[in-house]
Amino acid sequence: MNAVPTLLAAAPVSGTDLLLWVAVPYICLAVFLVGHVWRYRQDQFGWTSRTSQLLEHRWLRWGSPLFHLGTFMVIGGHVVGLVVPESWTEAVGISEHMYHTTAVTAGSVAGVAMVTGLGMLCARRLLTRTIRLHTDRSDKVLFPLLAATALLGITATAAHNVFGAGYDYRVTISVWFRGLFTLQPQPEAMAGAPLLFQVHALCACLLFAAWPFTRLVHVWSVPVGYLARPYLVYRRRAVPAAAPAATRRTRREFHSGHTR
Amino acid sequence: MPRGEATIGRVMAQIAMVMNLDKCIGCHTCSVTCKQTWTNRTGVEYAWFNNVETKPGVGYPRRYEDQEHWKGGWMLDKRGRLVLRSGGRVKRLLSLFSNPDLPSIEDYYEPVTYDYDNLVSAPAGPDFPVAQPRSVLTGKPTAITWGANWEDGLGGAGENAGADPNLSGEWAEKVKFEFEQTFLFHLPRLCEHCLNPACVSACPSGAMYKRVEDGIVLVDQDACRGWRMCVTACPYKKVYINHATGKAEKCTFCFPRIEAGQPTVCSETCVGRLRYLGLVLYDADKVGEAAATPDEKDLLDAQRDVFLDPEDPEVRAAARASGIPEDWLDAARRSPVHALISRYKVALPLHPEYRTLPMVWYVPPLSPVLDAVDAAGGNQDDPDHVFAAVTRLRIPLEYLAELFSAGDTDVVAGVLMKLTALRSYMRERTLGEEGDEAALKAVGLTVREAEDMHRLLAVAKYDDRYVVPAAHKEDAAALSAMENRCPVESSGDDRTDKAGRVMLGIPTLRRRTDGGRA
Repeated sequence: MNAVPTLLAAAPVSGTDLLLWVAVPYICLAVFLVGHVWRYRQDQFGWTSRTSQLLEHRWLRWGSPLFHLGTFMVIGGHVVGLVVPESWTEAVGISEHMYHTTAVTAGSVAGVAMVTGLGMLCARRLLTRTIRLHTDRSDKVLFPLLAATALLGITATAAHNVFGAGYDYRVTISVWFRGLFTLQPQPEAMAGAPLLFQVHALCACLLFAAWPFTRLVHVWSVPVGYLARPYLVYRRRAVPAAAPAATRRTRREFHSGHTR
Repeated sequence: MPRGEATIGRVMAQIAMVMNLDKCIGCHTCSVTCKQTWTNRTGVEYAWFNNVETKPGVGYPRRYEDQEHWKGGWMLDKRGRLVLRSGGRVKRLLSLFSNPDLPSIEDYYEPVTYDYDNLVSAPAGPDFPVAQPRSVLTGKPTAITWGANWEDGLGGAGENAGADPNLSGEWAEKVKFEFEQTFLFHLPRLCEHCLNPACVSACPSGAMYKRVEDGIVLVDQDACRGWRMCVTACPYKKVYINHATGKAEKCTFCFPRIEAGQPTVCSETCVGRLRYLGLVLYDADKVGEAAATPDEKDLLDAQRDVFLDPEDPEVRAAARASGIPEDWLDAARRSPVHALISRYKVALPLHPEYRTLPMVWYVPPLSPVLDAVDAAGGNQDDPDHVFAAVTRLRIPLEYLAELFSAGDTDVVAGVLMKLTALRSYMRERTLGEEGDEAALKAVGLTVREAEDMHRLLAVAKYDDRYVVPAAHKEDAAALSAMENRCPVESSGDDRTDKAGRVMLGIPTLRRRTDGGRA
């Protein structure tokens, strides 16, 4: 990577480090990508948020918005923390101290919201019998994985950056993360990170691998197009030309633009 | 032609339904056959694409007509623009995480099955074994405390019917007060396949659509992402969530049958023969304007104005230009639905004030008024007594007006008087008398029209009730490709546990392990 002040001496990289910080992330990433393509092509019918609001709405009413909005903030925080190099923020005059104060404050709010919401969603899943029976195998993988990832992240931050001496993950973990995507993996950047951060990262890798096979796929269907489309949707019946496998009705939509 | 196009616009055909409520005996055969055809599957046990309600009554789901609460349908905003009552696009996207206006399962009812196994497997004993109800959702024994038509025939109406959202104002007090001489009728309901469907407009994924050819409103099961906004937006609450698949499902108007030129299952099996199916031609360019009519009471006429007269050569030319085939134009001319709605004007839409321009219309029932005549000591065969009752006994009339004409009692009274005059005139004729044409004249009917209406409403032969043109043969290949699969099921590989299994009419208990799921 470019001018990263490297306190990572050229120590020999062990086989375990290569496995954990290069092989595992790339395998998970590959599963994530191929899995999505496969699922999208094979399983449009199963591609849904799998709403259960009909069966239980009291917990969901608070739990779901808390979890989702908290998660958006958490994702935003991760993007800033992992993708933006420290040199960039320093170049615009944000000191390391300022950065971390903001990150810890905003991150705490986001993390607490997300974990509270997730807790409520897990609670309704466990405590409400109708929802529990409704829980399929993918949920049984997803919920623990999501909860573990979130809790490990929160614990790591709390242990090291809120109550601890402070750990500058931006010169280690972020370097490793960016290295994966620039195809110059730097396992040595991650090897020295505290255990909690390491386990959190591995857990997140597994979460990404599981993603395409769970209800998380609904994330990619966020209906932003709704803001622009005409209110009324007309479609013609299927035309004979369509192959039997592609039963998706042809979208020859034309619209009456009567309601804006 | 160019002039015609300027005035007529884009002509579309809609397969529509009229129900003659006087004939409904509340036998629920339509609901049962519909359920066995479409919703006898896991996930939609609670859903009735067709249901029959007792009116006055709370309805299914409870108080669905209370749009202040459920936010269904359209309304005019302060500037007179047509907007969804559940809010604008941004608000809808913000409520994706938790929809504040979604009915819960308790608002419908908890679906049950019975422990039939106990009937054959119970050990010998002094007592006769019984099949106890079990919740389909939890598998546990449960007490049945509500259903889709819990107050059937006004049973328990004293407790519940007061919650009917149509009972408002001071006359509603009278309904409760005079409950011993109350009235009741049955109201079969299904998806209205509206010209201005709120569910379609609310669907964030664009999975819901109205078919160009016949106006049937459907959910694309492959495109639905389970955002559940359609359920809120539909003021009739006729879109349901399949809680097993997490997707929306609704009445399909039995489109595989319609495409084959056959009536829907609910119509075909209707014991009272009260349903009519036929085409209506309408001007698609006028829909938005009609739905935005300022005064609610003008909505009925506005919707009638959207419909086109299939006898009019100019309309026929415009229809041809819009691609409507000749045999469909012919079917539109013979349409009983067009006759009842536009020619005789005896059919009325259910809750036109929702502004969705519904396409299942109703001939309002005369029986509540006749009951009132009896209760007042009158003779229900004497048109004078009935006319007097229609004008004086306000209670049933105002109630019917709440349902069918946005509260305009004159409209309902006019229809009821027409029916009364027809009834008394044809009664005399049938008994071999001359028939008093004065009563007919008073309601603006000719003898010829009375005979036609009598044939349509009273004789009601199968071929007169159902004029359904088959889908066009150019599309035949597509149709046969569709025919062999259930339109609400998966298209390709089905990973839910219902794959390949033929479901019986009895809902099964929820299985503990569902093998095939991902």
